[in-house]
Amino acid sequence: MNHFPQAWGRPRDDVYGPYNSSFLQDCRPNQHTTSPIVTGTSVIAIKFKDGVVIAADNLASYGSLARFTNVKRLRKFADTSVVGFGGDISDMQYLDRTLNNLEIEHAYDSLKHTLNAKNLHTFLAKAFYERRSKLDPLWNHILVAGLDNEDKPFLASADLYGTTFSSPSLATGFGAHLAQPLLRKVVPDEEAASKLSLELAIEAVKESLKVLYYRDARSMDKYSIAVITKDGIELKEDEKLENQRWAFAEQIRGYGTQVN
Amino acid sequence: MTSIGTGYDLTNSVFSPDGRNFQVEYAVKAVENGGTSIGIKCKDGVVLAVEKIITSKLLKPGANNRIATIDRHIGTAYGRHFEKRARDEAASWRKLYKSPISTADLASRMGQYLQAYTLYSSVRPFGITAIIAGWDSESEVPVDSEVGGGPDTGSGGKVEGKTYGGPELYMIEPSGSYWGYYGAATGKGRQTAKAELEKLDLSAGTLSLLDGVNEAAKIIYLAHADNKDKDFELEMTWISNLNGPTKGRHEHVPKNILEEAERLAKGALDGEDDDDDSKSEDVKMDG
Repeated sequence: MNHFPQAWGRPRDDVYGPYNSSFLQDCRPNQHTTSPIVTGTSVIAIKFKDGVVIAADNLASYGSLARFTNVKRLRKFADTSVVGFGGDISDMQYLDRTLNNLEIEHAYDSLKHTLNAKNLHTFLAKAFYERRSKLDPLWNHILVAGLDNEDKPFLASADLYGTTFSSPSLATGFGAHLAQPLLRKVVPDEEAASKLSLELAIEAVKESLKVLYYRDARSMDKYSIAVITKDGIELKEDEKLENQRWAFAEQIRGYGTQVN
Repeated sequence: MTSIGTGYDLTNSVFSPDGRNFQVEYAVKAVENGGTSIGIKCKDGVVLAVEKIITSKLLKPGANNRIATIDRHIGTAYGRHFEKRARDEAASWRKLYKSPISTADLASRMGQYLQAYTLYSSVRPFGITAIIAGWDSESEVPVDSEVGGGPDTGSGGKVEGKTYGGPELYMIEPSGSYWGYYGAATGKGRQTAKAELEKLDLSAGTLSLLDGVNEAAKIIYLAHADNKDKDFELEMTWISNLNGPTKGRHEHVPKNILEEAERLAKGALDGEDDDDDSKSEDVKMDG
């Protein structure tokens, strides 16, 4: 017996010659996601008096290449909730399948109750936290929109670290910097959200998407938008940004002294 | 049945001199004691109905479901172990192929499973005859978690105007043999039920789902006539097409439609089929 555990139970070097242990080792590293590959950018959402409006554009980027231009990042679950995914697309697909199976299995042993947005958010937050604790995170930042146990509008976020928070309006990625300030003007607090009309909520979201398209190099002018209320989900997946203003660009010449 | 008592019926998977497996035939006898259950394939959906004998007033009405959902789009009646296996098969199908299992494939998988229980002396055959009903989606089935659209026509494999799927109905016997049916019946009242099903001319494919529901209720009530001394509860589920009331999913028939069907069934039983005009006009599909 010596102090090298890797030699325990092996033929003794001094009797049989040196033991070739190279084949015992798995030479490949563990295949954990260390950085996202194909990514989606911001998701934004805002609560209004009857429900939640959530939106995300239809782009999946491969680095700076706008590789996939028809990607649906808003996903419906259990006919009650919409989850908006930012970050790695392959991890989003994994989560999509997980939630799909969860929904099917859940329906087996329940007649009436279905998973609401609050349940889904709890589940997802735990899934994120479990994976980051294994140093193998799911590289996403998500927003969950729908209704809670009391049929009140529910909006919350969860990210790759398992961090969660909620607010009357939420945005991930670039949206947190560019859209969130605009949305907060519309709903500074819960009280404002509980009075906001659907029309104003949609307008605020569309305006924010436009600002994101102006300023975020990984964004796109085609987007999906969903309205979740007690009556169900209305999801539109092929919308196009309107009323962009580019006319002023003609007046701009050079970077300082150029006149014409 | 001359070979009974000669020792060929003591063990599963033993052939008798005339080539039969008596243990499987005994399992069929167990089925013949059970409550009647039927399935009807209609033009825009499938109906499952089961007669649940009320053995005690202490049983809660509406509880103790006999019909189970497999995935979202398939219903089975009945057998708990069968259910579990069918759900496992559907889940493993999804894991591999990223899409819902077709009713035909599930029937095949379950047929194989039941047949395996006739092969060894260490197991017994299933004491159930299961009815499997499903609606395979007629739309282009998306791959689970697919995020993009893909090409609309041509290389994507999509043919414009082509539809797939439709209603499916299968019945699996303890031997593992299964067939597709227009209308299937099993259990105590199967003879009566079969006779009634044959009258419906199901192969023409003209019966609407709502009429199917009413007919199913009527047949279960009629089949129960052989067993009048006991009370029973009617359990009924349906699966419609994507435009229908269940949107391709397997669900219990809503209470108002079920009650209306039962009322008509009772009426038909009392009056022995005097009028058929009150059939389905006044029943609302959304409930």
